[in-house]
Amino acid sequence: MLRSRPVRLMRASMSFRHAAHRSSLTLLLLLSVAIMLIGKADPTLYERTRMAVTDMATPVLDVLSRPVAAGAEMIESIGQVASVHAENQALREENKRLRRWRAVAQGLESENTRLREMLNFAPPAEASFITGRVISDSGGAFLRSILVNVGSSSGVRKGVAAVDNAGLIGRVAEVGTWSSRVLLITDLNSRIPVLVGESRERAILAGDNTDRPRLDYLPPAISIAPGDLVITSGHGGAFPAGLPVGIVLRTDDNELRVQPFLSPQRLEIVRLMDFGLTGVLQDQEIQAGGSRKGL
Amino acid sequence: MKGSSWHSVDNAARTATPSLLTLALAIVGQLPFSLPGQAGVTPYFVLMAVYYWALHRPDLLPGLVVFLLGLLQDALEGEPFGVNAFVLVAVYWFVISQQRFFRGKHFLVVWSGFAVAALMAGLARWLLVSLLMGRLIAPWALTFEFFLTVALYPVLTLAFTLAHKTLPRSEMGDFMD
Repeated sequence: MLRSRPVRLMRASMSFRHAAHRSSLTLLLLLSVAIMLIGKADPTLYERTRMAVTDMATPVLDVLSRPVAAGAEMIESIGQVASVHAENQALREENKRLRRWRAVAQGLESENTRLREMLNFAPPAEASFITGRVISDSGGAFLRSILVNVGSSSGVRKGVAAVDNAGLIGRVAEVGTWSSRVLLITDLNSRIPVLVGESRERAILAGDNTDRPRLDYLPPAISIAPGDLVITSGHGGAFPAGLPVGIVLRTDDNELRVQPFLSPQRLEIVRLMDFGLTGVLQDQEIQAGGSRKGL
Repeated sequence: MKGSSWHSVDNAARTATPSLLTLALAIVGQLPFSLPGQAGVTPYFVLMAVYYWALHRPDLLPGLVVFLLGLLQDALEGEPFGVNAFVLVAVYWFVISQQRFFRGKHFLVVWSGFAVAALMAGLARWLLVSLLMGRLIAPWALTFEFFLTVALYPVLTLAFTLAHKTLPRSEMGDFMD
C-alpha cells in the first residue's frame, strides 16, 4: 500500500511526459510543414538564411575537404603510376601540336584586333576570374550542386559562369559571404542556351539530374550527329558565348543527349568567370548597366 | 570541489555526445567524396545517427535538436527548407514509438527496422521534394543512396556503440546491442 503511491505517481508523471513529448514532436512536424509551405510560396525567402548557415559551415568544410580531396587524389595517382610513361609521351606530342596552334592563334589574334579596329567593333567585355576550391558536393539525390569556398567577399556575383579546365560546369546560384553554391549543368533546374555542331543549331541544354543532360528545342530536321561539339551560345546574356560544354551522344534508346566535359568526381578547383553580364537574372540591371556604358 | 566541477563538465560533454556526433555526421555527409560513377550521392549519415540515438538514448538527442539538424541539412544540401527537418523528426518519432518492440532484439531486427525507416524517409523526401519542385524527380540516385545508407548502418552502429559506452546511464535505463 505504502509503495504503490510513488509508483502510481511515477507512472502518471511518465505518461504526462510522453504526452508532452508527443505534442512537442507534433509541433515540430507542423513547423516543418509550415517552413516548406512558406518556402514554396517565396523561394527567395530562405536564400539568405541558407547562405548564412553555409557560410558558418564553410571553415569546417574547407578544412575537412582537404584531406578528402588529397585521399581521392592519392587513390587516383596510384592508378595512374602504371600509365605515366605512355601519358608523358602523349602529352609531349600534344604539347608540340599545341605550340603550333599557339603560333597560329597569336597570328589570328593580332589579325582579329586589326580587323576589329577597322570595323569599329565593340569587343565583348573581358572576364575576370575568381578561383575557388570545391568544399562540398552536396545536393545528394535531388540536386546537382557544389559549394565553393569563395563568396561575395571575393567578388562573386549571382549568375556568373563556373568553369573548370575542360569547360562550363554550371552557374552560381547562391552567394554567401565566404561561399557560393554552383548549380551544375546536370541539375534539374539548369537551362543553358547552346549551339550544336558546325551548323550552330540553337538548342537549350536541359539538366535532368542524370549525368547526361538533354537537348531541348532543337529545330526539326537538323543535321546533328553524335560527336558534335556543344558550346554556350550566349543568348539570354547570362553566359559568354563559346564556352565548351560537351559532346553530342546518341543514347541506347536513340535519343540525342550531351556528354558534358564536366566530370563531377574530379571537380576540385573551379573558376568563376565574371564577364560583367547580368543576364536573365536581373533584366533591369542589364538595361541600367547597358545605358550607362552607352552600348 | 574541484573534482566535482570537473565531473560535471565531463558529464555535460558526455551528455552532448549524441547531438554533437549527429552534427558532425551532418557535416561529413557534405564532403566531396568521389564515388566512381555516382557523383553527389552520399549516405544519409544523419538518419543513421537519429535512428541509433532515438532507439538507445532519446533523452540525449531531443526532438528539437533533431529538427534543427534537419534544417541544417536542408541548408547545406540546398534542398527545400523543412524537408529534412520533417523527415528526421518523423523517423525520430517512429523509432521512439517502436522502442519497446526493438528492446533486447537481435541486431538483424534493429537493422531491418533501420531499412524500413530509411525506406520511409527516402519515399517521404522524394515525394516532398517532387511536390515542392513541381515535377517528379528521377528516383535512381535516391535508390542508390538508400542501399548505401542501409549497407553502412552496421559500421556506424559500431562507432555509436563505442561512444554509447562512455555515456552516463539514463534514469530510465538504456540498452545496447
